[in-house]
Amino acid sequence: MRKWLVQPDFVVERDPERCIQCQVCVRQCANDVHSYDPEDELVSSDSATCVGCHRCATLCPTGAISIREAELEFHPNANWTAWTIRNIYKQAESGGVLLTGMGNDRPYVNYWDRMVLNASQVTNPSIDPLREPMELVTYLGRKPDQIEFDRSNGGYSVKTELATQLELQIPVMFSAMSYGSISLNASVALARAAAEAGTFANSGEGGLHRDIYPYSKNMIVQVASGRFGVDVEYLNRAAAVEIKIGQGAKPGIGGHLPAQKVDRAVSETRMIPEGTDALSPAPHHDIYSIEDLRQLIFAIKEVTHYEKPVSVKISAVHNVAAIASGCVRAGADIVAMDGLLGGTGAAPTMIRNNVGIPIAVALAAVDSRLREEGIRNRASLVVAGGFRSSADIVKAIALGADAVYIGTGALVAMGCHLCQKCYTGKCNWGIATQDPYLTKRLNPDVATRRLGNLLRGWALEIKEMLGGMGINAIESLRGNREHLRGVGLSESELEVLGIKPAGVGA
Amino acid sequence: MKRIYAREEYCLGCRLCEINCLVKRSKSRKIIKAFRKERDSIVPGIQVEEGERVSFALQCRHCVDAPCIEACITGAMHRDSESGAIVCDEERCVGCWSCIMVCPAGAVRRGRERRVASKCDLCMGESTPVCVEGCPNEALIYEDR
Repeated sequence: MRKWLVQPDFVVERDPERCIQCQVCVRQCANDVHSYDPEDELVSSDSATCVGCHRCATLCPTGAISIREAELEFHPNANWTAWTIRNIYKQAESGGVLLTGMGNDRPYVNYWDRMVLNASQVTNPSIDPLREPMELVTYLGRKPDQIEFDRSNGGYSVKTELATQLELQIPVMFSAMSYGSISLNASVALARAAAEAGTFANSGEGGLHRDIYPYSKNMIVQVASGRFGVDVEYLNRAAAVEIKIGQGAKPGIGGHLPAQKVDRAVSETRMIPEGTDALSPAPHHDIYSIEDLRQLIFAIKEVTHYEKPVSVKISAVHNVAAIASGCVRAGADIVAMDGLLGGTGAAPTMIRNNVGIPIAVALAAVDSRLREEGIRNRASLVVAGGFRSSADIVKAIALGADAVYIGTGALVAMGCHLCQKCYTGKCNWGIATQDPYLTKRLNPDVATRRLGNLLRGWALEIKEMLGGMGINAIESLRGNREHLRGVGLSESELEVLGIKPAGVGA
Repeated sequence: MKRIYAREEYCLGCRLCEINCLVKRSKSRKIIKAFRKERDSIVPGIQVEEGERVSFALQCRHCVDAPCIEACITGAMHRDSESGAIVCDEERCVGCWSCIMVCPAGAVRRGRERRVASKCDLCMGESTPVCVEGCPNEALIYEDR
């Protein structure tokens, strides 16, 4: 056996007292960690290829399997950590770019953990959401500068023509995850769950599969640099159209769905030949300025008869406030921003871990800038990238967001264990794979129910938090930074976030 | 009547249904003990059929017009009047295997401990058969169609 310098990341331990040789683990591991020797009538494990996805441990009926991090310690070194050394070994072996999946896993400051929410005490009453109505309905889209009324005929009627709005029952949507990067079962579950919960799922740039047509009223479709699956019917079928400029996990670079994953169904949906690489260029080749972006926005609006809100999704980068302002002036009805922790099916590790800025600061900067310029009403702000709980969402809304996109959270609800191996196409949970043997592991009925449960649970928690603050509608919290206080943040960070430090009153 | 239906499009081929059935049929009802001490004497009433990339769990279909009942020479194989499930009265079964010969689904198997026919009895007494309850992907459903 050839030895190489990269040692296993995990150690799989099998408790011989508990293992009943049933071989469930053998049948579940796509990485061939477990094997059965019929001669010895014994199941054994080879940790070398274990990715730590817990599929075997989860399905083991006796709890005989445990997985822990390999304890092969290098000489302690604060700079040359085991991770950096292993990366160099891998590249010295392969000569390639380090690839990874999911969102940034480096220990950056998570601003949601540095902000705390307010609650009512004595001088203002809190509200019990179980007894009193609580409104989470959110409308995304262009709001008019002012509303004119027609007061003739003795009554009132609105004269101003309102732009089409997306109506969300909960200010949470499912992020763009393309069919191709995730399985059809996963895509269908996201679409169905969005339709059942009264919110929206995003097709990503992979086109719209026929099986998702029944839920297309709850779909936002993407037009990305590869233009996969885009035609008039695609644009008109959806509730809204999103122009994807960037993605939080890989700002500034394009995408690459390898030819092996482009099977017949993916090729039909993406409208590209079967078995060819699906390459998304880094830039849109027809967008080199805000004016170019405006042309595409209005081309889409023309095609969709000005009936669909058009969103522009950008990565949160240093100059995000000015870029977002440009997007709004170019005619975007929604600006979606994806931050430093945004997920992906595949990205170069160094890009994912080092490019972009945290979504909280980007959101604060953009919301402030649009307010200063008096154009905040012209577009809704949707933020994405690492939203882990209802509390993160409430804080984002208080900071100025209209709604939040969740991607990783939704995948976790479906079973994802964040092993970060999406790019291998061997997802043991049947999510980030097109292998028919693996995709059937995700029953869309089960996944839809789990997604729905998550949204329901979060809605209940959001209502509790609102009630605690004495607010009975999410609209009243939006951009209300008085309800946030910073903990352990520097003065300059507090200034960018536009919030006061904890301990400072109104 | 309620029957167990397989959805092969979601069957993982993990065989947890077989394992759960075996435990249910064991004396101890404890998984580790059942596998250590009784594995060789128990025949699960469900079996995962696999070929290429397709798999599904198969068990007695509890046929409306059941050939096994017709073929049984002692009247051991009969329909439970309450649940409608086809069950084998082990006291009357003589192990002639006529039922195995005629079963169109191949769902009757030879008992190991005793020379009697062994098959799914829909977990008499349980509200949901254990194979259905324990299927991690809901690839088995128990319903009236």
